[in-house]
Amino acid sequence: MSTIGVSVPRIEDERLLRGEGRFVDDLRLAGALEVAFLRSPHAHARIGAIDAAAALALPGVVAVIDGRETAAALEPMVFDIAKIVPEAVREATAPAVRVHPMPALPTERVTYVGQPVAMVVAESRYLAEDAVDLLAVEFEPLPAVVDAERALAPGAPRVETEWEDNEAISFAFERGDVDAAFAAAKVVVEESFRSHRQHPSPIETRGVAAGVDPQDGSLDVWSATQTPHLLRDFLARWLGRDPERIRVRAPDVGGAFGIKHSCYPEDLLIPFAALRLGRAVKWTEDRAEHLAAATQGRDQVHRIAVAADAAGRILAVRDHAVMNAGAFNLLGLVVPYNTFTHLLGPYDVGAFGFAMRVAVTNTAPVAPYRGAGRPEAVFAIERAIDRLARELGADPADVRARNLIGPEQMPYETGIVYRDGTDQVYDSGDYPELLRRAREVVERERFEAAATERRRIGVGYAIYTEGTGVGPFETARVRIEPTGRVKVLTGASSQGQGHRTTLAQLAAEALGVAVADVEVVGGDSAAVPSGFGTLASRTLVVAGNAVSEAAAAVRAQALEVAAGMLGAASYELEIEGGTIAVRGRPDATLPLGAVADFLTPFNPARPRGAPSELAAESVYRPGPVTWSAGVHVAVVAVDLPTGVVEVLRFVVAHDCGRVVNPAIVDGQIVGGVMQGIGGALHEEVLYDEDGQLRTGNFMDYVLPTAGETPEFELIHLDTPSPLNPLGVKGMGEGGAIGPPAAIAGAVEDALADLGVVVHRGPLGPSRVRDLIVAAAGG
Amino acid sequence: MKPASFDYHAPATLAEALELLGDDAVESRVLAGGQSLVPMMNFRLAVPEALVDLRRIEELRYLRTGADGALEVGARTTQAELLRDPAVAAGWPLLHAGVTHVGHPQVRSRGTVCGSLAHHDPHGELPALALALGATITVAGPDGRRRIAAEDFFVSFYEVALESGEMVVEARFPAPPAGSGWSFREIARRHGDFALVGVACLVAPAETRLVVFGAAERPLLLADPGEVAAAVRPLDDLHASAEYRRQVAVQLAGEALAEARERAGG
Repeated sequence: MSTIGVSVPRIEDERLLRGEGRFVDDLRLAGALEVAFLRSPHAHARIGAIDAAAALALPGVVAVIDGRETAAALEPMVFDIAKIVPEAVREATAPAVRVHPMPALPTERVTYVGQPVAMVVAESRYLAEDAVDLLAVEFEPLPAVVDAERALAPGAPRVETEWEDNEAISFAFERGDVDAAFAAAKVVVEESFRSHRQHPSPIETRGVAAGVDPQDGSLDVWSATQTPHLLRDFLARWLGRDPERIRVRAPDVGGAFGIKHSCYPEDLLIPFAALRLGRAVKWTEDRAEHLAAATQGRDQVHRIAVAADAAGRILAVRDHAVMNAGAFNLLGLVVPYNTFTHLLGPYDVGAFGFAMRVAVTNTAPVAPYRGAGRPEAVFAIERAIDRLARELGADPADVRARNLIGPEQMPYETGIVYRDGTDQVYDSGDYPELLRRAREVVERERFEAAATERRRIGVGYAIYTEGTGVGPFETARVRIEPTGRVKVLTGASSQGQGHRTTLAQLAAEALGVAVADVEVVGGDSAAVPSGFGTLASRTLVVAGNAVSEAAAAVRAQALEVAAGMLGAASYELEIEGGTIAVRGRPDATLPLGAVADFLTPFNPARPRGAPSELAAESVYRPGPVTWSAGVHVAVVAVDLPTGVVEVLRFVVAHDCGRVVNPAIVDGQIVGGVMQGIGGALHEEVLYDEDGQLRTGNFMDYVLPTAGETPEFELIHLDTPSPLNPLGVKGMGEGGAIGPPAAIAGAVEDALADLGVVVHRGPLGPSRVRDLIVAAAGG
Repeated sequence: MKPASFDYHAPATLAEALELLGDDAVESRVLAGGQSLVPMMNFRLAVPEALVDLRRIEELRYLRTGADGALEVGARTTQAELLRDPAVAAGWPLLHAGVTHVGHPQVRSRGTVCGSLAHHDPHGELPALALALGATITVAGPDGRRRIAAEDFFVSFYEVALESGEMVVEARFPAPPAGSGWSFREIARRHGDFALVGVACLVAPAETRLVVFGAAERPLLLADPGEVAAAVRPLDDLHASAEYRRQVAVQLAGEALAEARERAGG
């Protein structure tokens, strides 16, 4: 019986629910020292004298490390990915990308509140924090710039003094005659829409622990990272050590959403301190540090115009976007280019003009956050389509339906170059069917029956496409033990996505064993020699196919050896429930483990030259990305006198290709939608004009909770991808992409008679009330 | 986010606790449920030299109806214990309804009724409920006990009429007169958050007590919704504008009074 498409209960859950998870902070390393950082209280300031005498005099304080010491030992950090621009991308959009290196600890200037300035290493975190309070650092405040558009204006304070302005990235694209299309259009709408800044807020903050093996001097690092192998290679390069002598492990990791992909100063500084002091060193980020200094997401403004004919057919789209990168351009084109390639989404649009400018500012760095540029694109285009529908007096869902790419157009070439340098081609999908299925179950009437003059009901839509399964590769190794147990080693580490279950299902399917007999090991750079990690909705596509391929190779090997053992031809054999049998000979069976046992060097009858274990490795290199898609529909109630918005029902019709574990897919969608609801209604990172963080704790940064969860209706379509053997597509981010646009549309719909236009979120009661008052004329 | 070091005491009797608090040489704070104080200490916004934990003081752990019919809540009684008591739900429905808005079950399992009153966040529910119900707060100190009416107890943000060395030992909520009606309304960013603005209202045959909270430095006792707009002194913060709080306070006051009157009539 196939295990694909079955909601196998998550293997990892029992341990986690019992409180038996092992996170970085749970590690008890003998004699470990703990770290607290002095972080910049200024958005922009020159660093003067640092006096550590009082801190060092405190009993239990072992070391104070500041930029003067690290500058001599550690080169400023630059990430290769920030500089990668494929030739085809260069030709298509002529991007200008500037990256300035990030010092592990700065010596001259701090450029955002929360930037680490000095680290105290002490016998406990308590003592380390006491010592931080005793550090005397002279700061000379400098003018700061917080907003991206202001940062790009002439005369703005410069974040990087060696640049003549604050522009980190710019690129532009034009297809078709955009001006002519606008001139010929019957209807034109143009608005500015802002995707405000959010904090990904995983339940586990960052954490790093490091120790040096006294016997061979090798470095052991534990980190709450999405990418253990990349972190290993990064540490090797920046610490100047052999990667073979560094082992990075990501134990249980409590969510990441992109925040744990970047390599941070702290990732480098904790191992640096362990090497310098010859002792284990551990740092667990607290929530205040996390909200100030971990990477944030979104923060784009789009000036978007849509031209259409009288029937609502979109003739052209023009979008000029500005993005705030924060204090460092960490990852280059990743987020802004994603915004570009996802702007037109599922729509068949003729002419397209796009321009993007990215500014550095005196705020925490911005990096991918679940969706990574896509929610920003979707907010702009979907809001604009809502305006178009309003202008036409048409149903917004009808206007969308009129412009969708049809299944008969698949594979659909967009005429855009994707970020990996390949032509962007939607491989499969049926967007009109997704929309039709979603519309069927909105149940607007049920809610309108309870509407009153003050409590209005509104419905809003968002449709998105999502390129998933980006390369370059992932490694999997599958081994069958003499006990019959199957071990799957993968480079893809988990932050809670359920890899131990999903990847086990794939191995079980390919081998013909029970899922319970498969153990998945990830998050260890020593498990497989090279790996990439979990990000960008890629694991099922890339790691999944790697596991499936490796398992199939082991199966073939097993059958070949078993054929000799059973006196049959390998094509006569089948494996079910971990037992190899010869078709038509019910007595001739062999447990799979017996084949592994047969190959062990302990077996005197083992054939000469045979492998000593039953194992295979696969490095799967995907081609171009495969395209998932989804339709989100929000039903909201808006209370006029108080401005309170309640999401009553949320419909998701989505297509992520072949589904391996439906329950895990549902969980990913609901979790993503909740983060999207957070962005739509509650969450916003706020800085004041001087760059002081105003949302530095969870009372001021408002996350949605179970109490804000609407009723859900999830609809699955599964159009297999033709691009990979399993036919799967990625879906980790999709849930977060649509809600801000769908909910904004629903609020606007509820307040349609007032003529309210939603240009930005979050739609907390005070902002909604302002919209109502402004629309009503005060 | 670790607190600075402090001395910790867990006395077994109120007398011992008061002796510790009475030592002027040491800056001590009372620890009850710790739901406000401990986060403030972790942020080092509060840096007491010593904590006096009430957890072992059995004489402060009670929830009972006194001889005059008032509900007497000892300083160790948690908000969860209050909610679980059927006598509270039946006799003090306004109190019961309001306390369901205090935090979440986890918070209420540790947070105490008297601790919320002593902490006095003006956006919190319990100070407003005490004022609407005409509660008195009993405090004990070096000079013995005294009772302070809720009207006089809440001074300003996080400030109450406690003198040095004093602590809250009991809150007394008089039984609402027969024929009373009540209403509790608040707008919060999420369920369980401190209110952006809220109203607690008790309509008794002889008196209407309309309390607006989250709209000034302390809860405001008013007689009529018409007074609200002029009486409030709301803050502008990142959760809501001052104007929002003013408008919604007026709105909620009108709704609450109507609902309380309807309940009183029925």
